[in-house]
Amino acid sequence: MKQFSELISAIEITNKTNAKIAALVNFFKVADDKDKLWMIALFTGKRPSRPVKSSLMKQWCAEITELPEWLFLESYSTVGDLGETLALLLPPPTHHIEKSLNDWMQELIQLKPKTDEEKKKYVLNAWSGLEAQERLIFNKLIGGSFRIGVSKKTLVNALAKLTNIDANQLMHSIIGNWDINSITFDELLSGSHINYDNSKPYPFCLAYALEKELDELGDVNDWQAEYKWDGIRGQIVKRNNELYIWSRGEELVTKQFPELTEVFKTWQHDFVIDGEILAIKDSSVLLFNDLQKRLNRKNISKKLLEDVPVGFYAYDILEFENKDIRAESLEERRKKLELIFKQNTAENIQLSQIVTVENWSELHAIREDSRSVNSEGLMLKHKHSPYHTGRKKGDWWKWKVDPLTIDAVMIYAQKGSGRRSSKYTDYTFAVKKDDGLVTVAKAYSGLTDAEITEISRWVNKNAIEKFGPVRTVKPELVFEIAFEGIALSNRHKSGVALRFPRIKRWRQDKKVDEIDTIESVKDLIVGF
Amino acid sequence: MKIIKFTKKGIYCIPGKFYLDPWLPVDYAVISHGHADHARWGMKHYLCHTHTKNILKHRISDDISVETLDYNEPKTINGVKLSFHPAGHIIGSAQIRLEYKGKVVVFTGDYKVKHDNITIPFEPIKCHEFITESTFGLPIYKWLPEETLQQQIHNWILQNKANNRTSVLFGYSLGKAQRIMKLVEGLDEILVHNAIYHINNAIESSGIVLPETTRLDGHFNKADVQNKIIIMPPGLLGSKMLKRVPNAATAICSGWMQVRGNRRWRGVDAGFAVSDHADWDGLLQAVKASEAEKVYVTHGSQAIFAKYLNEIGIEAAEVITEYGDNELEAAEAKKEATV
Repeated sequence: MKQFSELISAIEITNKTNAKIAALVNFFKVADDKDKLWMIALFTGKRPSRPVKSSLMKQWCAEITELPEWLFLESYSTVGDLGETLALLLPPPTHHIEKSLNDWMQELIQLKPKTDEEKKKYVLNAWSGLEAQERLIFNKLIGGSFRIGVSKKTLVNALAKLTNIDANQLMHSIIGNWDINSITFDELLSGSHINYDNSKPYPFCLAYALEKELDELGDVNDWQAEYKWDGIRGQIVKRNNELYIWSRGEELVTKQFPELTEVFKTWQHDFVIDGEILAIKDSSVLLFNDLQKRLNRKNISKKLLEDVPVGFYAYDILEFENKDIRAESLEERRKKLELIFKQNTAENIQLSQIVTVENWSELHAIREDSRSVNSEGLMLKHKHSPYHTGRKKGDWWKWKVDPLTIDAVMIYAQKGSGRRSSKYTDYTFAVKKDDGLVTVAKAYSGLTDAEITEISRWVNKNAIEKFGPVRTVKPELVFEIAFEGIALSNRHKSGVALRFPRIKRWRQDKKVDEIDTIESVKDLIVGF
Repeated sequence: MKIIKFTKKGIYCIPGKFYLDPWLPVDYAVISHGHADHARWGMKHYLCHTHTKNILKHRISDDISVETLDYNEPKTINGVKLSFHPAGHIIGSAQIRLEYKGKVVVFTGDYKVKHDNITIPFEPIKCHEFITESTFGLPIYKWLPEETLQQQIHNWILQNKANNRTSVLFGYSLGKAQRIMKLVEGLDEILVHNAIYHINNAIESSGIVLPETTRLDGHFNKADVQNKIIIMPPGLLGSKMLKRVPNAATAICSGWMQVRGNRRWRGVDAGFAVSDHADWDGLLQAVKASEAEKVYVTHGSQAIFAKYLNEIGIEAAEVITEYGDNELEAAEAKKEATV
């Protein structure tokens, strides 16, 4: 496992994608065939199911170290990762075990049906034969995310660099159906188990933020306006009775959205459609926060499917009956898209509606009101534009509505996870209500590393609690919080729910008596 | 009868009428070691270990009034018998032992119990009351043996050389820098930043021999440093000077590097858990060896370590002090960066 362990060490220390790719390429050059396949399996969600429950691992660690539970929890909240906490708490190894990644994985698969006693014997023996870093990896082989910032896309880019095979084809190959015991590394990469012709996506056409006045765009009748939706851009590829869904990050997400896959499979025609994957319930678009609950899950429960049903708004068509039509004008393509939607209907799959206006000024009001339908603004596309490759200026513009902002005070701070586990990075904010404060938002992004370091230091000095992961702090630090929308909510104590809150800036110039009140926050609700 | 009192100015010895590592100006300050959070400016009179004197003069001012003692050389002040004992933290670091009418109190300052080949090893002392630091007071902190650490750092440097890269190690000028020098001694020429060079001079003026180093001038020639070993204070991370180092591979040497999140936070190429503080086992070992009736826990994980000691049957209380102040370290690092 030495090579794999070195790979993890090399990747975890750097936050530069190129350095990660270089380490991966190096690993794929030197590692054994089976180990390479396991590496791919582990980082693409194809790992075997967890053979040992984490609660048992915690229990065994407590027995060995004889530490009280509270001290274990303090350690855990400092480290921010269970596998790493266990690896650090256990006593130094008494001997050294050297096994290939493949041997470990095969043994762990066989361990799954065994009794807890047999599992304990096996795990304890491994723990006492591995150094802290190897132990951490062993714990991760049993289960849990490595949290070293290697996405499927990073992995695919490394493989593409190694082989010169098209990255999207590699994406299909590693996501596709393959079994580690009946395929070689070369076979996997060559894609002998898939038919890439059926899944091949096109590069997405991307828009720039509008940077001029509307009337500078020319005649309003030359433009198609649509709402801009805040979901996941997706490409539906239907060819020869096979269906694939690609995300904008060029990952295959077909299995994550069964309610789209099942419906599109039954539709007439072969096509490639560009659109937005959204959480849609009772014909209304839900917040991105809701859609997030559906992402990157290995299993989607029935309850989750009911709570957050997924739908699709179609923007454009790139291929029709196996013919690339990207060079045709948007107007022409739209006709074909409308034809498909005339012949096929589904409640959760709709055409993106065209916003029709007589003149530019009408659009201003529509954009201002876009929050009321949970949209983040408008898209403007020239009717004669082809479907460009990548980001190109001039034909497509996004015209987002400005975020709303309030000033709020920090009242709780919590440590982050992964790279952020050493610092207080997750904050809870409050505004004034009567004589006290009321929580309005949690946010964990928008500050620089230097600011986070400074705030963490302040939290350490000003925290009220001494134990546990959450620190209550003196309400003193004021922040400007930006968010995309606001609605009344019974589930929140403050009575309002903010959409996608994040920290806009740290207002070191403001004092706590200058923050917003819950009334001034509610005034931001449209029509309240 | 109480010998010590925790005051706003620092730890006060009541019968002796002097302070231990005070953070506000006082008449008579007994200093455990030369770090900025323990040895501050503004005292009318300082008492420290022989090897700390020139460090203090270099850090604070040449005209301060300083008196020195060797380890285990007693001095009586107002009826209190005071003596210094090796703390193993940095060169000149001392535990301060106070004895008055048969009662003994020990203040550790900062310490580590593992040997590091550069400081005089920590000496366990029996006492009635033990005032201990707790910087790394969590069981996740367990340091590797010095030889293993050395091996890791050597491997890293050799690999850098093989890849045509210059190894840059970061550690505080006082203490960590000298420890790193000892760890990498003999591998290649060691270049040290100006701030470290000056501290080295202050240490050597007390007759201590340090590994041979070269002063890294701000206007160095790239060819002169290529593939060599450079030691810089942490304030230089991300500095222009670091950017001028050809093909730099960077590493932080600090106990905090034990945790992966910390290693990744700083955006360096490597992190080595090299610490001059006691790890969890070291803290427990020192507390147990003291056989103290009462333990006071200062800076670090004071609440956690005191709670744990009480649970295992050792009476302990946490004490809030101004030691281990990161802002002071940061200010010092900033100052060093401009030297």
